[in-house]
Amino acid sequence: MNALEIKGLKKIYSNGVEALKGIDLTIESGDFFALLGANGAGKTTIIGIVTSLVNKSAGTVKVFGIDIDQDFSAAKAMIGVVPQEFNFNIFQKVQDILLDQAGYYGVPADVALPRSEEVLKNLGLWEKRNEKSQTLSGGMKRRLMIARALMHDPKLLILDEPTAGVDVELRHGMWEYLKRINAAGTTILLTTHYLEEVEQLCRNAAIMHKGEVIRNDSVKNLLSVLEKEYYTVTVSKTAGAENVSGFDITIIDHDTLEVGLPKGQSVTDLTSALHEAGIVTVSMRPKGNRLEGLFLDLVKK
Amino acid sequence: MTTNKTLISLSTLTRKETRRFLRIWTQTLVPPVITQSLYFVVFGGFVGRQVAAINGVSYMAFLVPGLVMMAIITSAFTNTVSSFFFTKWQRNIDEILVSPTPNWVIVAGFGMGGILRGILVGLIVFLISIFFTHPQIAHLGLVLIFMVLTAITFSFGGLLNGIFAKKIDDVGIFPTFVLTPLTYLGGVFYPISALPGVWQVVSKFNPIVYMIDGFRYGFYGFSSVPVLVSLGILIAFSLALGILCVVLLNKGKGIRT
Repeated sequence: MNALEIKGLKKIYSNGVEALKGIDLTIESGDFFALLGANGAGKTTIIGIVTSLVNKSAGTVKVFGIDIDQDFSAAKAMIGVVPQEFNFNIFQKVQDILLDQAGYYGVPADVALPRSEEVLKNLGLWEKRNEKSQTLSGGMKRRLMIARALMHDPKLLILDEPTAGVDVELRHGMWEYLKRINAAGTTILLTTHYLEEVEQLCRNAAIMHKGEVIRNDSVKNLLSVLEKEYYTVTVSKTAGAENVSGFDITIIDHDTLEVGLPKGQSVTDLTSALHEAGIVTVSMRPKGNRLEGLFLDLVKK
Repeated sequence: MTTNKTLISLSTLTRKETRRFLRIWTQTLVPPVITQSLYFVVFGGFVGRQVAAINGVSYMAFLVPGLVMMAIITSAFTNTVSSFFFTKWQRNIDEILVSPTPNWVIVAGFGMGGILRGILVGLIVFLISIFFTHPQIAHLGLVLIFMVLTAITFSFGGLLNGIFAKKIDDVGIFPTFVLTPLTYLGGVFYPISALPGVWQVVSKFNPIVYMIDGFRYGFYGFSSVPVLVSLGILIAFSLALGILCVVLLNKGKGIRT
């Protein structure tokens, strides 16, 4: 059973912008799937269509086999969504936000109350249950958004940049929680700008660019076809670096280079090439993560 | 969505809307009560002494149904227009839209907030009026029916305004330039039958005339328009506005891209 099946999905906004150009995408039940792309690639439009916030122009969307054109209500009952922006009522108390959300899905109070306690405790917000949501820190607000999306126990959880602006420690804590939810059977669709997050969490990923899916594969396969790995290299001088061939070299400042190392070339090859140009390599470290390199490669094409 | 789940969703939205206007009671309940009390003092007390009884009813007592109705209209309308607009503006509306809650429940839930606030404010104004005069109630059933139907009509009217509103200024334009003049010219302070002929005809294009006139009939048993005509018009308006709101939400007007 596929959790999400999208065919020929198009969206043309009223101003003529073609945000989606016939997307095909399938996410299997139980998957932890990443949707990657620069701002404006169409990720949020897809989420908007799946969750009914955006009307599609063409194509079909099925959620666990239910066509949204046939029974959107039944499809939505299986989806939990964590949007990019905080959109809860800032004057409401934390637990009231969760109980209201459960109510909108028809969850009875005797089920919603213990459920709210469970998710608030799991996300470290139980002590804040009677606080107005506007008093929470940014990280707590992010967790509240996740807690709210889980109130009706969704089969498909959609997370649109859930860890944006969250500190490293908290982000890792959220990753562990999301892994547990996924292991318990919830399918997760994640969009993020932190590609490290994708490497850590996701089994499959699609890369979007200008309204099209340009790559859709397992994260493992995506990394195996990586054509370049990027390094930040500290050197004795940068003069002459522009003449070194066979590498994608960008001069950052007087002693720093950013180098894309093509597949088949080693770090030793790079240092040798620089040495031949009269440049001494002082130190070298990988820039970003490997998936970031792939993403940049694909988008540049 | 099953019937039981739909009812849970409706009661959740109604509870949320009620909590909202009760939480900010100094903004939602107190101002209309103060305004209407001033009308009783100024128009009923000072001006009213100079005005002869109307169909045997003192001017102060004559004012009661009109001022109660005015409070209901204003409170029901402003409740839904402001609540729905700010829910849209803060994007809280998304938490309802992504759920299986049907659009008619969204209309009914927001509508209930306006209806309950309108009726509550109306009842408070009526209780205040007892300090100034002794209003009679000839037909309690009709008084309640007109009260509830008017609250429904203007609650849905406010929602309609909220659906179309794109910026905060849009929230105030209709109440200021349309609703308030129509209410003042709707027979709150005078019977329509007392107007010169041509103005009586013009007044009959004002739907608020029928609401106030029918409501006043419930109190004192006289009216300028047959009460069944007023009732029919009120039912037609409440149904039409409610259906229009649902149709617009089904089309995604103001809420979906």
